[in-house]
Amino acid sequence: MKILVCITHVPDTTSRIQFTDNNTKFDKTGVQFVIGPYDDYALARAVELRDQTGGKLTVLNVGEAETDPTLRKALAIGADEAIRINAYPKDSYFVAQQIARVAQEGAYDLILMGRESSDYNGGMVHGMVGEMMGLPSISPVMRLDIEGNTAKLSREIEGGKEELEVSLPLVAGCQEPIAEWKIPNMRGIMSARSKPLTVKEADAYDVHASIVSYALPPAKGAVKLFDKDQMEELVKLLKNEANVL
Amino acid sequence: MSVLIYIEHEEGVVKKSSLEAVSYGKSLAESLGTEALVVGLGSISPDEWTLVGHAGASKGYHVTDERLNAGIIQAHTAAVSEVFEHSGADVLVLAKSSLGDAVAARLSVKLQAALVSNVVSLPDLAEGFKVKRSIFTGKAFAITAVQTSKKILAIKKNILEIRQDATDIAVEEFTVSLVDRVFAAKITGTDKAEGEISLPEADIVVSGGRGMKGPENWGIIEDLAKALGAATGCSKPVSDLNWRPHHEHVGQTGIKVSPSLYVAVGISGAIQHLAGVNASKNILVINKDPEAPFFKAADYGIVGDAFEVLPKLTEAIKAIK
Repeated sequence: MKILVCITHVPDTTSRIQFTDNNTKFDKTGVQFVIGPYDDYALARAVELRDQTGGKLTVLNVGEAETDPTLRKALAIGADEAIRINAYPKDSYFVAQQIARVAQEGAYDLILMGRESSDYNGGMVHGMVGEMMGLPSISPVMRLDIEGNTAKLSREIEGGKEELEVSLPLVAGCQEPIAEWKIPNMRGIMSARSKPLTVKEADAYDVHASIVSYALPPAKGAVKLFDKDQMEELVKLLKNEANVL
Repeated sequence: MSVLIYIEHEEGVVKKSSLEAVSYGKSLAESLGTEALVVGLGSISPDEWTLVGHAGASKGYHVTDERLNAGIIQAHTAAVSEVFEHSGADVLVLAKSSLGDAVAARLSVKLQAALVSNVVSLPDLAEGFKVKRSIFTGKAFAITAVQTSKKILAIKKNILEIRQDATDIAVEEFTVSLVDRVFAAKITGTDKAEGEISLPEADIVVSGGRGMKGPENWGIIEDLAKALGAATGCSKPVSDLNWRPHHEHVGQTGIKVSPSLYVAVGISGAIQHLAGVNASKNILVINKDPEAPFFKAADYGIVGDAFEVLPKLTEAIKAIK
C-alpha cells in the first residue's frame, strides 16, 4: 500500500503569538516549529499501517526550506521518503492544489493529514484535495483500519461518532485517538539523515484568499475571586454582569 | 445575487448554530441589498421551516430526499452545489460543524469559491470583501481578503444573536440528481449519546478535570450542569484515562467550544486546554490551588475544594432560577 501523509510546520502549541510589521506578519522570534499536532496523529497511524501491510510511506509538506527539519523529524518517526513543494503555503486552496498533484502522480491508496492545521485552523485542505481528485474525503477520523481494499473508519460527529466503510483510495483528516504519537528513537533519527527528501517546485499558483492583517484578542481583565461562602454574590454577577443565567 | 445558507438538522430539528448562520446570512444580505435563501436537506418539518424564516430567511429550498438525512459528505456537497447554482447565489453561509466543515471544503473546489472558516463577524464591504476569522486556536484573528466572486463563509458558533424577524418563508421542494458515486462512503453505524445537550452547541458548558479524582465523582458536575442547562465536558487527561468519553474532551485536540459561560472544575488550565475554550464569552474557574494557571484566563474564580463548592454553587443557582 502506498500512503501519503501531508504535514504542516506550525508553531508549538505553547508559543506566544505575536505579529510584526504593523500587524501584517507573524513574528517567528523565539518560536519553535513542530509537526502539526493533528498531522502527528495521521503520521503515527500511517507508520502502523505501513508496518502491518508493507508498502511505502511518503511524507509531504508545502513550504520553504525552513520546513526541512520538520520533514526530517517525520522521517525519523518512520516515513520512508519525504517530498517538499518549495513554496510558501499562501492559502488552503494553493496548498490543496500542490497536494492533489503529488497525490495524483504518486497514485497513493491513502492520503492522510490532520483534521486541521493548528495555526490557521481552516480544516479544509483534505476536503479540497478529495474534491480535486474525485475521491471520498472523511474528517475528523478517530479510527482507521484497512481490510483489503476497504477502509473502516470512525468519524467524530457532534455528541458521538459514526462508523463508515469506503473503498480506497481515500483522503482522510485525522485526529486522536487514531494512534499514539510516536517519538523518534535514536535509530530513527540516524536513518532519517539518509532517507530521500525531494524538493519540487510548485506548478499551480491560484489563491482564493489572502491575509491583510492580524489582530490579537483584547487583554483579559483581572479575575474576580470568591470563596465557598460567597456563592450568592457570584451567582448575582453571573446573572447581572455576565448575563448568562 | 443573493446569500444562500446551508442548514443542518438533528432528527428534523434545525440546529441552533444553523439558525445563527441564517441570521448571519440575513444581516449580510441586508448589507448587500439582497435576500437570504436557505437550503435544507432531508426531513425537516414545516414548523422548523417557520423558525428558519423567523431567523431571517425569505425562501427555502427543501431537498426532501431521505438519503440526505445521513450526513454523507459527498452527497451533501452535490446537493448544496446544485441548489447554489440554481439559486444564483454568490455567497454561501454555514455554521462550522463536523459535517459543515467537510462539505464546505469540497464545495469550495466544486464552485470555485473561496472558503473562509472560523468567521467571527460580518464582512467589511468598504473595500472589497474582508472577513475577520479566528486563527491560532483562538489566540489571534486574521483579516482575510476574499479574491473570488463566489464565496463561502463558515461561521463560528455563538458570534451573534438569532434574529426574531416576522419573515414568512416560502419553501420550495427541490429535486437534485444524485449519482451513486456520492454515496461511496457508507455509514454503517452511529454511536451517539442520547438526550444530552450537545457540547459544541451548548450555551453553557461545565467541564471537569483530574481534580475530580475519579469518574464516580461526576454526579456533582452533572448536578451543576443540570441546574445551568449546560452540557458537560472534560479535560484531555480525563478522556485519556477513560473517565469520560472522547466526545466530551474539550481542548486543542478535542472539541473547541465558544459558549456564553464555560465552567472549569478541577482543571489546572494547561495551554492545550485553554486553546479549546478561549473563545468562551465568560469563564468561571473552580480550583483549590490559587496558583492554577487557569485563573489567569478566567473572569470569575472560586478558590476551594470542588467537593464543597459545587453543591453550594448548584443550590445558589437553583435558588434564583
